[in-house]
Amino acid sequence: MEFFRIKSDIPFMRYARVTTIISLVTFILAVGALATKGLNLGVDFTGGTVMEINYPQPADIPQIRDTLAKNGFPDAAVQNFGTSHDVMVRLPVKAGVTSAKLSEQIFEMLQKTENGAKLQRVEFVGPQVGKELYENGALALLVVVIGIMAYLAVRFEWRFSVAAIVANMHDVVIILGCFAFFQWEFSLTVLAGVLAILGYSVNESVVVFDRIRENFRNMRKAGVPEIIDNAITRTMSRTIITHSMTQLMVLAMLFFGGEALHYFALALTIGIIFGIYSSVLVASPIVLWLGVSREDFLKPEKVPVDNLP
Amino acid sequence: MNRYPLWKYILIAVTLVLGFIFTLPNLYGESPAIQVSPLRTTAKADTGLMQQVEESLKAGKISYQGVFMDQASVKVRFADTDTQLKAKDIVQAKLGTGYVVALNLLPSSPKWLTSIGALPMYLGLDLRGGVHFLLQVDMKAALDKAVERYTGDIRTTLRDKKIYYAGISRTGQSVEVKFRDADSRAKAEKEISNAYGDLLLKEQDVEGEFKLIGTLKVEAQKRLQELALQQNITTLRNRVNELGVAEPIIQQQGIDRVVVQLPGVQDTAKAKDILGRTATLEVRLVDEEHSDPATLQAAIAGQVPFGSELYTERDGRPVLVKKNVVLTGEYINDASPGFDSQTSQAAVHVNLDGRGARIFKNITRENVGKRMAILLVEKGHAEVITAPVIREEIGGGRVQITGMQDAVEANDVALLLRAGALAAPMEIVEERTVGPSLGADNITKGFNSNIYGFVAIAIFMIMYYNLFGVISTFALAVNVLFLLSILSLLQATLTLPGMAGIALTVGMAIDANVLINERIREELRSGMSPQAAIYSGYERAFGTILDSNITTLIAGVALFWLGSGPVKGFAVVLCLGILTSMFSAVMVSRGIVNLVYGRQARLTKVSI
Repeated sequence: MEFFRIKSDIPFMRYARVTTIISLVTFILAVGALATKGLNLGVDFTGGTVMEINYPQPADIPQIRDTLAKNGFPDAAVQNFGTSHDVMVRLPVKAGVTSAKLSEQIFEMLQKTENGAKLQRVEFVGPQVGKELYENGALALLVVVIGIMAYLAVRFEWRFSVAAIVANMHDVVIILGCFAFFQWEFSLTVLAGVLAILGYSVNESVVVFDRIRENFRNMRKAGVPEIIDNAITRTMSRTIITHSMTQLMVLAMLFFGGEALHYFALALTIGIIFGIYSSVLVASPIVLWLGVSREDFLKPEKVPVDNLP
Repeated sequence: MNRYPLWKYILIAVTLVLGFIFTLPNLYGESPAIQVSPLRTTAKADTGLMQQVEESLKAGKISYQGVFMDQASVKVRFADTDTQLKAKDIVQAKLGTGYVVALNLLPSSPKWLTSIGALPMYLGLDLRGGVHFLLQVDMKAALDKAVERYTGDIRTTLRDKKIYYAGISRTGQSVEVKFRDADSRAKAEKEISNAYGDLLLKEQDVEGEFKLIGTLKVEAQKRLQELALQQNITTLRNRVNELGVAEPIIQQQGIDRVVVQLPGVQDTAKAKDILGRTATLEVRLVDEEHSDPATLQAAIAGQVPFGSELYTERDGRPVLVKKNVVLTGEYINDASPGFDSQTSQAAVHVNLDGRGARIFKNITRENVGKRMAILLVEKGHAEVITAPVIREEIGGGRVQITGMQDAVEANDVALLLRAGALAAPMEIVEERTVGPSLGADNITKGFNSNIYGFVAIAIFMIMYYNLFGVISTFALAVNVLFLLSILSLLQATLTLPGMAGIALTVGMAIDANVLINERIREELRSGMSPQAAIYSGYERAFGTILDSNITTLIAGVALFWLGSGPVKGFAVVLCLGILTSMFSAVMVSRGIVNLVYGRQARLTKVSI
C-alpha cells in the first residue's frame, strides 16, 4: 500500500508568497488573541486553589456558586469538569490569605449543602511558587530555542537555524494563541507539551533540511527553488505518515486519557498540525529568501593547476 | 551487505532479555502489607523486631505471605486488605506506642526478581493518591532567633566578666550593646569576639554613647540557614513518623523549601495540622515587679511595661511575662504525656539535655518563690500553658508541665515537643491532594490511551509497510519495553505526565521507522537492487534520525533542567524514550531485517 506516489515535484516555492501571507495572518491573529485576551493561566502559575469535587448525583452548579458567594467567596469559579458529577472550583490567591486551610473550609461548606460530596483533588499553590514556575517556564523556552539554534547552526548553516526557529516560534505562538482565544486553561503540563512541540516541530524542519542539503550535493544542475521543492516532495510521504502516527497516539490521549491530559493532548494536536505546515511552508521559504546557495554546503573544488596562466 | 556480525545479534538478544526482566516486576502488581518502624529515627529495625512481629501475628492466628526487613522497617505481606487491617491492629497493640504500624503496598513480584534489583516503578501521587506539600522555611525568623539568642548570651558573658554596660538589645538582625566609656567597650569587644567568632563587631559613637554593634557574618548566616533547614527536615520526618505513613518523601528543594509527600494519606486536615504546627516551647520568667492588678489593667489597655509581654493564661487571667527567653524547646530530649502524681491532672513530663538541665537548675535556684511561665508558641502566637511558682531548685533536667486541658492535649503537646522544635517557622506554599479513586482512574486512563494508540499505529504500519511494518511494530514494542525497563531500573517515579511522555515518545519513535521504510521504498523505486536499497535506506536515514532526535533531546534536557515535579517526570521519559528509540529503530529493526533478508544472496522482492 502506498498513498503518495508523486511523480513530479510539487512547486511549493511558487506558492511561497501565498503561504507566507497565510502564516502571517494566523500569526498576527494569535498574537492578537494573546494580547487582548491573554492566557488563561492555571493555578500552577498564578497561585490559588483548585478543588475537584465528585457528587453522587449531577451537581447543582448555580447552587454551589450561591453557597460560595454567600460565604465570602464571590470570586470563586465553579464549573463542570469532565462529567456532570464532577465539579471544579477555582479560587484566586487572596492578599493576606495564604492559609492552606482554605480548601478545607470550602469543602466543609459545600458538604453541608449537598451530601455525599467527595474531594477528588485539591491543589493549592502559593503566589511565589507560581511566579517562579512562570519564570522558569519562560527560561526553559529560551534555553530550548538557543540550544536548537546553536545545534542547527553547527550541523547545517545559520540560515537553516534561523528558518527553523522562526517556523518553530510560529507554531508555539499559534498554540498559545489558540489557548488564549478559547481561554483554555494553560497549566504546567500544557507548557511541557508546548516545549515538547518545540523539539518535535524542529524535527520536522530538520528532515526537510537534511534532504535539501543532500539535494545540493546530488542535483548539481537544479536551481535552489527546485531543490527545495524536490526535498519537500520526497519527504512528503514520511511527513504525513509520521505525523498521522503521532497524531493517532495524541488522539488516543485526547479521547481516552481523561480530563487531566485533555489540554496537553490538545496543545500537541495543534502543534502537530502547524508543525507540518510550518516546516514545509514557513521554514523552507525563509531558507530560500535568506539566500542559501550550493556553495554553503560544498567545499570549493580545487582549481586544476594547468588552468593557471 | 546486510549481515550483522554475531556479537551484534548477541548484544541485541542480551538487551532484549534484560529489558524484559526489568520490565517484568511492573506486571505483578502490588499486594497489601504492613510496615512496622520504630518511632525514633535513631532506632533501627532488627531481627528482634522481626521476630516480635511474627510472633504476634502467629498468636493472632493471622496468615501472612512473607516478612521482609530493610534498614528502617519490617514489612509483612498479606493476601488481602482484610487480613492486612486485622494484622495492623494486632501488631500495633502488641508493640505499643514505640512503633509505628502503617498500611502499605508491596510489589508482589517473585523473590528472584527482587534479589537482582528488578523493582517496579514507583507510582507518583497523581496515580496512587495522597498529599503533596511544599513548605517554605522563614529564614528571616531563623536569623532573628539566632541573634536573639546571641543577645542573651552576650548579656550573660558581660555579667560573668563583670564588664559594665548601659544596655543591650536586638535591633533587626544585629545586637546593640551600649557602654558608658570606650574603655569598657574595648574590653567587651575582646571578650565577645573571643567567645562568639560568628559575630562581626563594629564600634559606633553616637552623641556620647559608646555602642558596639554585632552582626552575623555572611558565612555564619549561611551555615545557620542550612542548619535551620536540616533541623526542620528532621523535625518534619519525626512528625510524619507519628502519622504512620508508609514511604513518605521528605526532601530539600532549593535553598529554603522542603517537599513532603505522603502517599495514601486521606486525612489531610490531620496531616496539615501536624506538619504545619510550628510549636516551640519557651520558658520565661513572670514579671513579678509588674504583677499588681493596676499594672495589669494598664497593660490590657495597651501600656505594657518595657521588657515584658502580655499573655493570657489558660483560664483567661492576664499575665505579664519577661521578654527574655530562658529556655527553648531545643534543649528538650524527650517528652511524654502522663498525669501529675498528686493532682492527677494531665501533664507532660519533659526531659532536658545537659545544657538545658544546667540552665534550668540555675534559673530555678535564683528564682525560688517566683513564677515561671511555660509558653507554647505556634505560628507566632504564644500561649501560656502554665505559670507555676518555683518551689525549689529543680536539678537533673526532669520537668513536669501541667495545665493541659485533658489527656488528649497533653498527648499532642508531648508529641510536638518530642518530635522536636522547628528551627524556623514554615509555611505551606503549595499543596496538592489526589484522592485514591482519582489516582486509580488516572492509571487506567493513561494506560488505556497508550494501548489504544499503540494498537492503532500497529494496524496502520502493518497494512502500509507489510513485513517491514511488522518489523517496525516489533521495534516500537521493543522501544516501549526498553523505556519501561530503564525507568524501573532507575526507580523513577511514574506520573500521569510521565505516561503522556510514553505515549508521545511512542508516537515520535515511529518517525525513525517511517524514515527508514520510506527511504528503502524510494531507493527501490530509483532502481536499486533490494539488498542495496535496504542497506542505503538504513545508512542514509540514520543521519536524519540523529539530527531530528537531538533537537528533541535538547528540548527534553531543558525541560528536565528547569521543570519541576510532574514536568520533570515528563522530561525524563521524553529523553530516555528518544535514546531507546534510536537503539530500537536502528539496531533492533535492522537486526531483524538482516536475519530475514540478509542471508538471501539473490533477493528479488522486498515486502514493503
